[in-house]
Amino acid sequence: MKRRSLMMGAATAAILAAGITAAQAQDTIRLGAAAPKTGPLAGGADVTHWPAVRLWVHLTNEAGGLQLADGPALIELIEYDDQTNPQQAIQAAQRMATQDRVDFMVAPYSTGLNLAAAPIFSQLGYPQITGTNVTNQQPELSAQFPGMFFVLGRTGVMAEDTAQVLVDLRESGEIGSRVALVNVADAFGIEMAGISRAVLEENGFEIVYQTSYPLGTQDIAPIIDGARAAEPDAFIAWSYPGDTFALTDQAIVQNFTPSVFFTAVATAFPSYYGRFGEQAEGVMGMGGVNPDDPAFQAFAEAHTELSGQGPDFWASASTYATLEILGQAIEATGSKDRAVVMEYLQDNSNTYETVLGPVQFNEMNDNERYWTVGQWQDGVFRGVAARGRDGVSDVILKDGWD
Amino acid sequence: MSMRDLRNLFLAALALGLVALLPLYDTGYILSIATTMAMFTVLATSWALFSGPTHYISLATAAFFGLGTFVTGLGFQTLPMWVLPIIAAGLGAVLAALVGLVTLRLSGVYFVIFTLGLAELVRQVVTWVQNRTGQRGMYVLTSITERDIYWQLIGMAALVFLVGWLIARSRLGFALRIIGNDETVAKHSGIDTAAAKVLLFMISGAVAAVVGAMMAPRYIYIEPSTAFAPILSFQVVIMALLGGTGRLWGPLAGVIPFTLLWEFISRNAPNQTLLLLGIAFLVIVYVLPGGFVGLYERLRHRFGSGGH
Repeated sequence: MKRRSLMMGAATAAILAAGITAAQAQDTIRLGAAAPKTGPLAGGADVTHWPAVRLWVHLTNEAGGLQLADGPALIELIEYDDQTNPQQAIQAAQRMATQDRVDFMVAPYSTGLNLAAAPIFSQLGYPQITGTNVTNQQPELSAQFPGMFFVLGRTGVMAEDTAQVLVDLRESGEIGSRVALVNVADAFGIEMAGISRAVLEENGFEIVYQTSYPLGTQDIAPIIDGARAAEPDAFIAWSYPGDTFALTDQAIVQNFTPSVFFTAVATAFPSYYGRFGEQAEGVMGMGGVNPDDPAFQAFAEAHTELSGQGPDFWASASTYATLEILGQAIEATGSKDRAVVMEYLQDNSNTYETVLGPVQFNEMNDNERYWTVGQWQDGVFRGVAARGRDGVSDVILKDGWD
Repeated sequence: MSMRDLRNLFLAALALGLVALLPLYDTGYILSIATTMAMFTVLATSWALFSGPTHYISLATAAFFGLGTFVTGLGFQTLPMWVLPIIAAGLGAVLAALVGLVTLRLSGVYFVIFTLGLAELVRQVVTWVQNRTGQRGMYVLTSITERDIYWQLIGMAALVFLVGWLIARSRLGFALRIIGNDETVAKHSGIDTAAAKVLLFMISGAVAAVVGAMMAPRYIYIEPSTAFAPILSFQVVIMALLGGTGRLWGPLAGVIPFTLLWEFISRNAPNQTLLLLGIAFLVIVYVLPGGFVGLYERLRHRFGSGGH
């Protein structure tokens, strides 16, 4: 009898304690995130997207959450796998909004998945601040989806700036006019090659070798072979992660040593340097950061500590910045009411302090300040060309692979 | 047409009418799952129209579907929207006729392998053309809502069921059943087996292309790697086989539980989705080898409610 009453007492105490905690529990903000955990883009999302999202949630909660008008609110993250499938991305966004009733959603990973989910974000009034969506269609997209914001930049500008790096190098007499231009035969590669070719030809460069290869090509040797035979001063490849590694590998094997060696996506991944080490020195690619900026250094350190891997030197920071922007808009309005936050985001006069530096959206919801070209220098992928960003480093010539 | 046929037609029309009312009830989560179901119902049913009686397993759905999305992607700015599915149907039928004439004269295995490669072949051709012309990824920005797409798909489903019902009652349907049972016998009975197979394959290809054309505004960004994703072909086959191909409603009986199962797993185990789906599929094949149609026939046989 005695024992039973003791247990009853303990149980009552436990219930009371639970009640007290519940009463004291803070407000929470439910944040939904659907991005690839499986499928062709899972590898990229695992480097760029997920660690940045989890890091922001972790750091924000550690700092006590976001300050709303009636007190702080912790972030509760709800994750789904969209299987790199537009159909699933649409369904996951619907599920998060109407079943999990999340307050806000993280924009998906990659251009295609962001666009597939855009009507859902738009219809249900969720701001869609994208960090991995490179496009040239900002005017059309922002007209159709006024809640869609673009942090990463424009494809056209990136292709132009890459060509401009060559123009500048030739003007200073460091390289000649011969360029080899290759691309992955995919929407992205075709578009980038077209723009950079136009800019190069306008500036009197000679395209001595141009070819493309289908996505998923295994044998890249003939491409490097052909490029090497044309004896270019610069090699530009609008490539995807798999071929970025394969092209570099082959260039080393065949000792193809142009003064400029550029591969596009994934050159900025830490695993690129991990794989090629000092041979990566002087390789250029898309993106870049200012590694001397204390904000980026702090971000990189926290990223490594939480996920065991460093951020990539391009879109990791912009993915993180999308959440900083959302968080600052929520705190500025003191509200988790989406309509109020959306109105704040759409006010072009607001500026956000992010790991990328200050971000402001223009009338097309477009961020006009971003890194366009980077280069591996002393184990760091430094930005060597940018629009409206400080700390641009000088370009160095690639001096062989040894 | 017997009283029984009339009753079935009436019930089917009633069911479709009820299903078409769904967007009035919900335009969010449920509609988005229902749209996926409607898409797979049309694809799996039209797949089974051909593969059910002939036993030729086609993995070409993604090729036709992708073709249809590209028709909409290329044409939606210059042509009226209602023309696009018709063009897609025409192109799908032509592609199916070409493939069918080449491969359907051969025995089944060659056909399976060729259809598997077809989506990749078409994708590479499209990519090659894009590369040559400097054409890029396409943005299909329209005012078409999910509700519109859902209704289009329901209309298409009605059409496919009607066509399937008519074929089953025609000489063509009879010929196909004979081909499925024994092709040599069919030939010796004077049936032009190649023509019958090609015709059915064209119908199934045209339908898949139309579905692609209808779905393009939902995806918005059209690029070869997602438009021709081979997983679609496999999903269609899995769903149709889960339902069973012996009856017109068989694929539908596979699509509904499979879509719900997929959603349930995606929702509750976001980190193990594909693993659990694989296990679920193994269990289904082991427990239900003839699909739900097979189960239904077995039960009917056992409890003797009369055959037909």
